[in-house]
Amino acid sequence: MTDLTPPHLRSFEASVLTGDATPEDLETLRKRSSVYVYESPVRLWHWVNALAITVLAVTGYLIGKPLPSMQISEATHQFVMGYIRFAHFAAGMILTVGFFGRIYWAFMGNSHARQMFILPITNRRWWYEVFYELRWYMFLVPEPKKYVGHNPLAHAAMFFFMTLGITFMMLTGWALYAEGAGQGSLPDTFMGWLLGLIGNSQILHMLHRFGMWSMVIFVLIHVYAAIREDIMSRQSTVSTMLSGHRTFKDDRPD
Amino acid sequence: MTQIETFYEVMRRQGITRRSFMKYCSLTASALGLGPAFVPKIAHAMETKPRTPVIWVNGLECTCCSESFIRGAHPLAKDVVLSMISLDYSHTLMASAGHAAEAALEDTIQKYKGNYILAVEGNPPLNEDGMFCIVGGKPFVKQLRHVAKDAKAIISWGACASYGCVQAAAPNPTRATPVHKVITDKPIIKVPGCPPIAEVMTGVITYMLTFDRLPELDRQGRPAMFYGQRIHDKCYRRPHFDAGQFVEAWDDDNARKGYCLYKMGCKGPTTYNACSTIRWNEGTSFPIQSGHGCIGCSEDGFWDQGGFYDRVTNLKAFGVEANADKVGMTAAGVVGGSIAVHAAVSALKRAQKKQEKAEG
Repeated sequence: MTDLTPPHLRSFEASVLTGDATPEDLETLRKRSSVYVYESPVRLWHWVNALAITVLAVTGYLIGKPLPSMQISEATHQFVMGYIRFAHFAAGMILTVGFFGRIYWAFMGNSHARQMFILPITNRRWWYEVFYELRWYMFLVPEPKKYVGHNPLAHAAMFFFMTLGITFMMLTGWALYAEGAGQGSLPDTFMGWLLGLIGNSQILHMLHRFGMWSMVIFVLIHVYAAIREDIMSRQSTVSTMLSGHRTFKDDRPD
Repeated sequence: MTQIETFYEVMRRQGITRRSFMKYCSLTASALGLGPAFVPKIAHAMETKPRTPVIWVNGLECTCCSESFIRGAHPLAKDVVLSMISLDYSHTLMASAGHAAEAALEDTIQKYKGNYILAVEGNPPLNEDGMFCIVGGKPFVKQLRHVAKDAKAIISWGACASYGCVQAAAPNPTRATPVHKVITDKPIIKVPGCPPIAEVMTGVITYMLTFDRLPELDRQGRPAMFYGQRIHDKCYRRPHFDAGQFVEAWDDDNARKGYCLYKMGCKGPTTYNACSTIRWNEGTSFPIQSGHGCIGCSEDGFWDQGGFYDRVTNLKAFGVEANADKVGMTAAGVVGGSIAVHAAVSALKRAQKKQEKAEG
């Protein structure tokens, strides 16, 4: 067997000898092309949060618009609505704990762990890049730029729908939970003031319902954008939230 | 100043026996959620304290509060409270009329300056200098300010005085304004409802006369003992809610079985009141027991929260007849559709690019 491999690529013996890599592959392979972005607590939070939001949206929808009445047994032994509400409250508490854990990690983790919480609105270049990314989505530029963390557009979406959105849902959600927990309870002590501020609990319910729909819309966009970027952009997206590594597909500059 | 009678003396004068008086004290104690130990305390206070006069004024209202008040479940409670409070001035109940009545009001204000309780039924309209409600030839708002000046505390009877009720519903042409937004320098206790429950009204007055202070209030200024929980929290149909058994239509079998009225727009889950515990008309029934959902009459702005039979609140914020679900689902649908189109265009672009690459 003649050795076709150029001298600087000989170190990738395994790939060559198993017939797994072409010379072009090896050219790519010798460059370091991945950055460790999302540490394990961030990844864990992401998936726990995703699961909690799914449970919250489904059960929340059913609390507002319950399933058709069912006659399984006597009302004493039947607890359909009760279990749905239990799932909602349990998921809400997990979401809350997770979010506080995420804030803790913003302080303890790497710089990417903080990105979601702050928008660099005074940075003119950031605004330029937001519109650049927007143009990429409008098919007006042939290819996007490389980003290590969130791209500027995703960064803004994360900030508004997640950082502010989850905060809003936690505040209104706990204020609603405080109603059932009763006056003087812990949730009431912390969040009861919100109902006093808004006045009518119906408005509070309605605001929480709007929050749910904004979450649903975010999830639609988020999942689509993540898959699309994974296929069409110049870096990995979906696998990054599994392994934490952002890998880049080409060696060209911006 | 003339010697003022004690409550007990007033009651005895009304022909109430000591035995009935003690019954009243224990009834009041339990209505207020106090233990048996408070019965002698109430009795003692009633026997020794001079009665506190109450001035009852009426603004924009329908008199349903007065109607409710004189139908107290325990007839004795009503008699006692009515004889206890000074009815020198109350449009519906006073004997005098015209100048004599107005003079009696002035008398009471002068005589008990800083010492009387002001009960307000209804609210003042502020537009056109308050000309939409004239009492004794003057705008009601003037009378209210005048009487409130020397009051010890103010009770806002009903949804009108507490929140504005129907006359303050959008667009509120007369600018009917709840009492606490007009009088800001006095302690105000809100007793909302349209009308409030009679026992709640007598209970609040008795508490204030007996203990000489306001009962414990919640964040919205309502007596916590009666407005601390939602109708839903104590509803006898609650097990059907937890089971997921609902009335689906007014004439279905579930309605006959007495299932939960949640889907029929019952406002029990968002309404703070004592209807499901104290009930109405001597404890006979309350709306949900008679098969109709709660309309949330003791809540702020209950006329502007969509229809009485709407489950999810109608959205007034956007000024369209759509609710949160309609708006949300439409938005999600539009976003979902856009994503599908965007994905298709993306795929086409990608294919085009590949072809160009292959050709180039």
